[in-house]
Amino acid sequence: MAGFLMLLIVAAAAAGFFVNWRAAQVLRNGGVRLHSMTAFHGAYAALIAALPAFIFLLIWLALRDGAIMAIVMSGLPDGAYPADDAGARSLVQSEIRSLADGNVFGTPADYMLVAAERLNSLRWVGDVLMAFGVAAILGFGLWRARRSIAPQFRARQRVEQILSGVMIFCAASAILVTVGITASLVFESLRFFAKVPVTEFLFGLNWEPQIPIREGQVAGAGAFGWVPVILGTLVITAIACAVAIPIGLMTAIYLNEFASPRLRNITKPLLEILAGVPTVVYGFFAILVVAPAMRDFAATIGVAVSPNIALAAGGVMGIMLIPFISSFADDALSAVPRSLRDGSLALGATRGETVRKVLFPAAIPGIVGGVLLAVSRAIGETMIVVMAAGLIATLTINPLDSVTTVTVQIVTLLIGDTSFDNPKTLAAFALGLMLFIVTLGLNIIALRVVRKYREIYD
Amino acid sequence: MTDISVDWASPAIADRVKKRHRADLWLKGGGMAALGFALLMLFILVASLVSTGADAFRQTHVTLDFDVSESRVSPDDIFKGNFRAIVNDAIEARFPEVTSRSDRRTLTGILSNGAQGAVRDAVFADPSLIGRSVTLTVPVSDPYDQLMKGLIKRDTPEANRRLKDNQIAWFDQLQAAGLVSKPINWALLSNADSRFPEIAGLKGALWGSFYALLVCFLISFPVGIAAAIYLEEFAPKNRLTDIIEININNLAAVPSVVFGLLALAVFIGWFGMPRSAPLVGGITLSLMTLPTIIIATRASLKGVPPSIREAALGVGASKHQVVLTHVLPLAMPGILTGTIIGLAQALGETAPLLLIGMNAFITSAPESLFQPATALPTQIFIWADSPERGFVSRTSAAILVLLTFLIAMNTLAVILRRRLERRW
Repeated sequence: MAGFLMLLIVAAAAAGFFVNWRAAQVLRNGGVRLHSMTAFHGAYAALIAALPAFIFLLIWLALRDGAIMAIVMSGLPDGAYPADDAGARSLVQSEIRSLADGNVFGTPADYMLVAAERLNSLRWVGDVLMAFGVAAILGFGLWRARRSIAPQFRARQRVEQILSGVMIFCAASAILVTVGITASLVFESLRFFAKVPVTEFLFGLNWEPQIPIREGQVAGAGAFGWVPVILGTLVITAIACAVAIPIGLMTAIYLNEFASPRLRNITKPLLEILAGVPTVVYGFFAILVVAPAMRDFAATIGVAVSPNIALAAGGVMGIMLIPFISSFADDALSAVPRSLRDGSLALGATRGETVRKVLFPAAIPGIVGGVLLAVSRAIGETMIVVMAAGLIATLTINPLDSVTTVTVQIVTLLIGDTSFDNPKTLAAFALGLMLFIVTLGLNIIALRVVRKYREIYD
Repeated sequence: MTDISVDWASPAIADRVKKRHRADLWLKGGGMAALGFALLMLFILVASLVSTGADAFRQTHVTLDFDVSESRVSPDDIFKGNFRAIVNDAIEARFPEVTSRSDRRTLTGILSNGAQGAVRDAVFADPSLIGRSVTLTVPVSDPYDQLMKGLIKRDTPEANRRLKDNQIAWFDQLQAAGLVSKPINWALLSNADSRFPEIAGLKGALWGSFYALLVCFLISFPVGIAAAIYLEEFAPKNRLTDIIEININNLAAVPSVVFGLLALAVFIGWFGMPRSAPLVGGITLSLMTLPTIIIATRASLKGVPPSIREAALGVGASKHQVVLTHVLPLAMPGILTGTIIGLAQALGETAPLLLIGMNAFITSAPESLFQPATALPTQIFIWADSPERGFVSRTSAAILVLLTFLIAMNTLAVILRRRLERRW
């Protein structure tokens, strides 16, 4: 239905364009001087008909299901589900939905069948209303556009106004996304903090989110202190940085100062491949190759390590970050003015001394910015750790042990769980909020550092 | 006065020079080692994927006669037919000497569960087969496939082997009769997911990724270009546009899992969109691709020389006309390149799709944007998590398929840039 209406809107826009365009041409051929070119009259008709209809359709589709369900639920008899239990409510909703789709399991209560029937009829009514609404808006728009054709009608200005409005909205959508992220994270986190005190979350040393979901289920009492989780994140981030920063920097220095242009041209695309590999591939690489290799090596030298050794996840993450750091450092080194380099070399410094004592200090702000961005990436990186790091939060900084990270916890808490009313799911949003704040802070500092550095030489 | 005369030929100075040059060599050597390490890791990554994944591109099949008798399948209702019995009969007919009940059950395990489906599809396509015997080539189950590929070694002690001696003997008998073949495994692309590695394929994931990328493109391409044009060509320098710009830069660096949280809370939680649907996946990915496209478009718009704008303005075009008819077409190659690179990133993105449930176990390909589906990266994640040994090579093969798509997209981007981009 929605697809058909979308086509209808496109067709109406095309028709409106053509009709108005022809009408304007007829007017012009009659010897009248038009204010705007004929194509603008056509475009005006297309925009004024299609744009409102399109917006109407989107809003309708976004709100339809929720509104219909609310009507259906309000029609249920009292006591059909416990009034304050969101889980039971969503269960009833999905049962009504599947009944309405014709999947009957067992013998549902009569009022459920009535509700399902009601849902179906409301859906039908909704579709008819939506179709009529779209058609009416299109018709009105076309009619208005057709009436507006006149020699002095400022079609171009109107079209440009509408286009500017659309473009401003699109640009502002970036803000909308940020607002959406912040709002959803803060909102769900507040619900979490209503159940678990903030201080317990921030300073608690225990993270055991496996709480009983059903009554009488055997499970831990549940503890939501994020300290071991963030500590694990920091351990893995530290390992990743220990691999990526020296190797990335050395690679950048070598490529920038010592390598022949030919080697540069060959190796840079290869490094870009390393940067373009999806993280899920790195995760598989970690469990297929790196972790077994580390375990075998540890076994041969007689060290006991955990199967989900943090070194594997961190090391592979470091490999992923090498091209990231090296390209940032490369840019920073290349941005140092030629005169500094030439001056140093002219004084008799070797290439290595020039790099170490002149270029590197001058490039430090750019490199630091890149490193900060890399750290923020490592903290937010998900797939490698989900696949290769552990699930259990232990308060340790031993890289041979198994640690868990913020992102691992978010994913494991949310996979396969839809209800938004237990602390277990909501905890993921609280973790997400912390992750967002930390990475955002790092990014802002990094961009500041980079920008400040640019100002020195520009 | 300071005395700055130095005896450059003195051994002390010569030593110093030597030391300085040695330090240089160390730095150079370290750089080479670092570069070498990075490239070595790339090589190991690719080599390990190819060596484990190559196996999955061929699949062991066995050719048997299946007796489709009318007592098993009624022509009126083919789907209700007892195809399991037909398949079991076919393999038992090959080994009349196997009589004990438990041995016969083990024997029927040679054939994959997909064999029933293959026979059913054949009968369904041609109902005249009922009452006749039909010769089909069907996949064998995973352990025998691994035996054929040498992943189950014959010289391991029987107790530690997944296949016992008699099972291997049966398989050898089939092989001696020339019934076993190892054709190219098209099922990897044409089958949907399955619990059985030998018949699991990527069809559902490919369609899911296609739908999600389509939605992502339809949203992020127009919105991204419009936003970039506004910011680059029209926006006044004020507080609001500054905020928008900082926003876009920050969005580009927000961890992907956070976008998943947003999608879960807003699209699924508040708007009630379906879980696991490519539509929601596509919308989520479009939010992540948007900054990439905006940044690429702005760079591309900046690259169009001002003389073009001034010339168009000079002959009386309005600002909008200049941008839409002159600047935008000239900037298009760069925009397309940026878009393709953004879509390639979106294709490899996994974490947000996990959170919206695109990691469900679904045995059919999605037929619309609203049906549950997986995507290529989430399928890789599911298979990597599966305990069956056969999924290891499937995972590597799926990764190779994903990497092929990524390389193709990036190559296309490079070609576009080379062929269409103008230097002013």
